[in-house]
Amino acid sequence: MELRAIHERCSGCGVCKLACALENYREVNPSKALLRIEGRFPAPGDYRVHLCTQCGECAEVCPVEAITLDEDGVYRIDEETCTECGACVDTCPHGVIMVGKASDMPTKCILCGECARACPRGAIQLVETEQREAV
Amino acid sequence: MPYGYAGKILRIDLSTGAVTTEPLSEELIERFIGGRGFVAKTMFDEIPAGTDPFSKDNRFVIASGPLSGHYLPASGKTHFGTKSPATGGYADSNMGGHFGPALKYAGYDMMVLTGCAESPSYLFIDDDRVEIRSADAYWGEGSLVVEKQMKEDLGEDFQVLTIGPAGEKKVRFACISHDFGRQAGRTGVGAVLGSKNIKAIAVRGAGSLPVFDVDAAFAAGKAAFQQIYTKPGFTGWTPEGTAGITDWTNQVGVFPTRNFQTSYSDHYKAVNGRAVLKEIKITDKGCYCCPTPCGKYGKAVTALGSAYMEGPEYETIALFGGSCLLPTIHEVAYANYLCDELGLDTISGGAVVSWAIECMEKGILTEEQTGRPLAFGDLETVDYLLRKIAARDGIGDLLAEGVKIASEKIGGGSDRFAIHVKGLEWTGYESRNAPSMMLAYMTADVGAHHNRAWVLGHDVVGSATNVHDLITAGGKGEKLPKAPVTADCADFVIESQNTRPLFDALGVCRLQFMELGFEPENYEKLFYVITGKMLSWQEMLKVSERIWQLTRAFSAREIAQFGRHLDFPPPRFYTEPVPSGPNAGHHVTREEVDALLDWYYRKRGWTQQGIPARETLEAAGLPEIADALEAAGLYS
Repeated sequence: MELRAIHERCSGCGVCKLACALENYREVNPSKALLRIEGRFPAPGDYRVHLCTQCGECAEVCPVEAITLDEDGVYRIDEETCTECGACVDTCPHGVIMVGKASDMPTKCILCGECARACPRGAIQLVETEQREAV
Repeated sequence: MPYGYAGKILRIDLSTGAVTTEPLSEELIERFIGGRGFVAKTMFDEIPAGTDPFSKDNRFVIASGPLSGHYLPASGKTHFGTKSPATGGYADSNMGGHFGPALKYAGYDMMVLTGCAESPSYLFIDDDRVEIRSADAYWGEGSLVVEKQMKEDLGEDFQVLTIGPAGEKKVRFACISHDFGRQAGRTGVGAVLGSKNIKAIAVRGAGSLPVFDVDAAFAAGKAAFQQIYTKPGFTGWTPEGTAGITDWTNQVGVFPTRNFQTSYSDHYKAVNGRAVLKEIKITDKGCYCCPTPCGKYGKAVTALGSAYMEGPEYETIALFGGSCLLPTIHEVAYANYLCDELGLDTISGGAVVSWAIECMEKGILTEEQTGRPLAFGDLETVDYLLRKIAARDGIGDLLAEGVKIASEKIGGGSDRFAIHVKGLEWTGYESRNAPSMMLAYMTADVGAHHNRAWVLGHDVVGSATNVHDLITAGGKGEKLPKAPVTADCADFVIESQNTRPLFDALGVCRLQFMELGFEPENYEKLFYVITGKMLSWQEMLKVSERIWQLTRAFSAREIAQFGRHLDFPPPRFYTEPVPSGPNAGHHVTREEVDALLDWYYRKRGWTQQGIPARETLEAAGLPEIADALEAAGLYS
């Protein structure tokens, strides 16, 4: 499975971020969300949804191999191995490896799909990886 | 810390630079819920009686509500309150977008500004880091330009509100802008920020809101969204948003046209919701957690230039497409852009421009005074006057005062068609054959505004329903009989005035309820799982009524010679029959206006002069307010 953005459907309401924080942290705190919505205003006047595509670039760059691929196709960060160097944060092509205020420990999407379920407009979809081109 | 709330009040004394916080009191929560309630109580208690709206003693209050920022449909409302530059009485204005939730995540349910900054400044709030910073780089610039620049300077994740040049110049209908198209448009709140030398407020919050039962709240929020998806309005209302009612308001003859000379315009299909979709729209643009975005962001192309803007929504269409008679949606949208960039309310802006045009038609204003000819249907007239107003240049300095003060200054009978109540310009529903709606405008606490009560359903089809169903049923465009003027009008208005502003206390958008018919019991449940407090809808309505009595008491204390005369509509509405359209030949009479007020005052428990009686205030749980009115001599 993977997350797929259909940018032109996004209205920027941000409910995906709140759902992400609630599902993963049980907190009403969208600053902890593991995806970003970018509003491009005044011009061109649209939104871009930045999602983790489980592309694995973070794992490739990690100097201590703290990020590994699990059997579900999800890259996960092992917090005990991670040295908080920030290389994955700088490398992520979508800017969605997050570092909060409280700690330098990076966090990333684990493909729970709650953002897709929460979106009222189908702007984020959880799809089979082989369907990637079909959506 | 109280569940649901952030738990703190942030106070900034702009004169001294002192920044303090205090815990939100349980008493304030119990008595006033949040949002509009917090704003009203703070204003009554803290603004010294008789304060000039532009003096440093005026307060500027920003508040969200207990449901703001939580996981439920449309939880993004922010409320602003201050002593009104438009009316001299109670003022509040609210906006959607994302600002209130961000302020809450930063830790603050309410923010109170006092004093005046020494030089142009903006407020920087990043959780508990609060600073008054120089706005030299932004002062004089347009609202949209400044928001973009501040996001570049501070970070995309800051939520920014700004004032435009009109706010800096204290135009009495200057607005607050946010999120490239959301405005707290009414009552001149932007002018008060300008008077305090505050150009913008930027906020970012990384905190978590406490929730009574987070699992139940998450589940209830999910269920609420699912329920919204089943409403006919979810697919029926959302595509056009508020612009979608333009056809209906013409078919039932309430569309303000040519400065409210009439209530129907032949060209309405050129400026309706479909025109927005077909000609303007790039994307839907939603407020925080809103599944049904009214915002249609787009691009206008006109002979004067092209521009990106959010909108136009219905009110802007009514005032610029109807009252100013701009012929196409592109021109209406361009006027919308001008107002947004200059920091002007599109409602009062359109009303003031159309009033000036009618003054010229009647020979009350001359080309010598205005600097050029003014005409209905002419975008150059609109562009010229809006820019003059924002700069308070020439004729713009007069018009920047709003139609009430401007008509008093130029005379010539121009007050007869200065369409306002208490100094706030009328919005997009011409009401000469809609007595309930007219009474709603007459008695709205901020002046002639529709968002306190919207009761056209009673006037036009004889019943209340959600707006989507109402407009779907349509109007036939046929000649309508004179609407009955009865004591029921007052009941309809009071019920609506208690219901709609409740959403402004809860901190959520009322449109899920009003436009889609999302049921009140959903809010009872969400309120409980989020705050842990069991409060029935009826109990919430009682709080809303308490707030209504309080806002009236504030205006009674603050407006000199407060009384019944301030609740009158403009003379045009009770002396001139509508000349054309479905309501041709109709108007309310002066006697009917008086009767409407008699019924309303009696049911509200107000004196013949419209002052809340002591026993009314005590019954509403406001004994200290009764004491204050007594001390102010209002019962003698």
